[in-house]
Amino acid sequence: MTNPYLPMQAEVIERIQESPNMYTLRLRFTDPATQATYSFEPGQFNMLYLYGVGEIPISIVSDPKDEHIIDHTIRAVGRVTNAMSSLNVGDVIGVRGPYGRGWPLLEAEQRDVVVVTGGLGCAPVVSVLNYIANRRERFGKLNIVQGVKHTCDFIWRERYDHWRELPDTRVLLAADDGEPIWPFHIGRVTDLFTQMEFNREHVIVMLCGPEGMMRVVVKYMLEQGVAGNKIWLSMERNMQCGIGHCGHCQYGGKFVCKDGPVFSYEELKPLFGKRGF
Amino acid sequence: MLEQRGYTCIGPQVREQAIQYDVIHHIDELPRGVSDDQAPGHYRLKNSGHERYFAWANGPQALKPLVFSPSEPLWQSANETKGQIKFQEILPEKKPLAVIGVRSCDIAALYIHDKHFLQHGYRDPCYLARRDELLLIAVNCTHPAKTCFCVSTGDGPSAHYGYDLLLTELDDGFVIQAHTEKGISVKQQLHLSAVTAMQLEALDRAMAQSKQQQRHLPSKDLSYELMENLTHPRWEEIANRCLSCGNCTSVCPTCFCHSEVEEPALDGTHSVHFRQWDSCFSQKHSYIHGLTIRPDTSLRYRQWMMHKLGTWHQQFGRSGCVGCGRCITWCPVGIDFTEEARIICEGKEYD
Repeated sequence: MTNPYLPMQAEVIERIQESPNMYTLRLRFTDPATQATYSFEPGQFNMLYLYGVGEIPISIVSDPKDEHIIDHTIRAVGRVTNAMSSLNVGDVIGVRGPYGRGWPLLEAEQRDVVVVTGGLGCAPVVSVLNYIANRRERFGKLNIVQGVKHTCDFIWRERYDHWRELPDTRVLLAADDGEPIWPFHIGRVTDLFTQMEFNREHVIVMLCGPEGMMRVVVKYMLEQGVAGNKIWLSMERNMQCGIGHCGHCQYGGKFVCKDGPVFSYEELKPLFGKRGF
Repeated sequence: MLEQRGYTCIGPQVREQAIQYDVIHHIDELPRGVSDDQAPGHYRLKNSGHERYFAWANGPQALKPLVFSPSEPLWQSANETKGQIKFQEILPEKKPLAVIGVRSCDIAALYIHDKHFLQHGYRDPCYLARRDELLLIAVNCTHPAKTCFCVSTGDGPSAHYGYDLLLTELDDGFVIQAHTEKGISVKQQLHLSAVTAMQLEALDRAMAQSKQQQRHLPSKDLSYELMENLTHPRWEEIANRCLSCGNCTSVCPTCFCHSEVEEPALDGTHSVHFRQWDSCFSQKHSYIHGLTIRPDTSLRYRQWMMHKLGTWHQQFGRSGCVGCGRCITWCPVGIDFTEEARIICEGKEYD
């Protein structure tokens, strides 16, 4: 029996500073056999371990078809993420995963897609957007909506520029408080909703970001007549084991780490937006 | 005899004025002639006035710490050479344990932990290593405490499954039943006499009497009632008394929450990754980058009760409460879980 708690060694192949406090670690398992057999779905996460400091759950942002590298984009907010930000190319860390249930990408095929993110929320869906961009013909209209607090939180501008060039694709960006050079909407991301184009009968909505933002989008989508089981949300809770044992991530009867982190609104409905869960 | 078979024996004994389970070598170490007095926030040992060995209800702990350790290393890492971390799993030492005096409530809790750690997805190697080594010698509970309510949860006072050997203590000895091959082989080595009809009658009488318990829980999934009462004023009222100390979750035989902690060696050569019991009453339990999901005691108590009596049914197909009453006895302010559940779900206090 392999020990599910034991990390595997991985090397930092590249490190990208995305914004003043966000960075991407591009990783590869040092054992080639481990790298060769590793596979994941967009929306899943890994537990990353920094020697002597601890472990944290981080979603995977690279394309699942990329066999050589696994990308994680991290915001330095806590003890472990701050310490990890000083890693350099050639350093090694521990990785175990992937864990959880990812986005319903097969179900999304042939449908219009709406992806709404807020803050760093974009990280767990970047792999979805890359996935769709690389298989564009399999999906209907694509709407990419991203809201940030400050313009400096907006990362991956060139990727958004690239997505904007895809056929039948709208990229809608908003910043609560913008600088003069910000060419997009200044104000709430909700102001942009009317510019989305989708058929409410044939759409999949994917949300990621602060729960307050997701609540607003869910409400809007339900009002538009989108069914609750076609709205999907990536949830975040305290996670320490990643395998459904430690109990911290419980959301009602669900373990976010193994039953999620991606859930349909239908599954979350009884508790969603209620304080204390 | 069990030691000759390679078992380390764990049994109840009086330690720090409570019945505790620890290594035992001789029958004289059992709490003979000892009884207990339990009430909300109250635990005292007393003289039982007779010579029985098991004339008491459960103390603060029994099986849980033996299979799910309060603190244990999971693995360690070493970076002897730069650019390389060596990971090494740490498993508990294989040690056959014979546990004497296990009650039915704790067996029910053990079966819940079996589901949680072994049957739902990933198997937990530390739990498995300890669980595999257990020989369980159960005792039918003839002296439930005033805080016990296992009859209402369906988990006692008689043990019906999960043990290797089962004892029922009578005034003139023990009735012994074996349930597994391991249990039968141990029993065969004992010099036993056949049980008499009178002894069986005495057994039935004792167990019938033991079913007379003062407290009870509604024995059904309370998800609906709890969801309907998310803002019941009683949650705040409880929070005014609750110290958020986590005693209830420590003594609860079904609580499984734990946190993972890193302990780097002072010389920097290696680092050990531990897990240790955690509690949903702690501030950090629901912390997520700058936000605490349950900052108030009322939300934490609600989380604990909703999990035990509501969402546990979704996760494990049964309630998370086995009626042992420990959370009532060991609550420093004597909050009575059964009464709070009745008030919130049924609007009724005890008479």
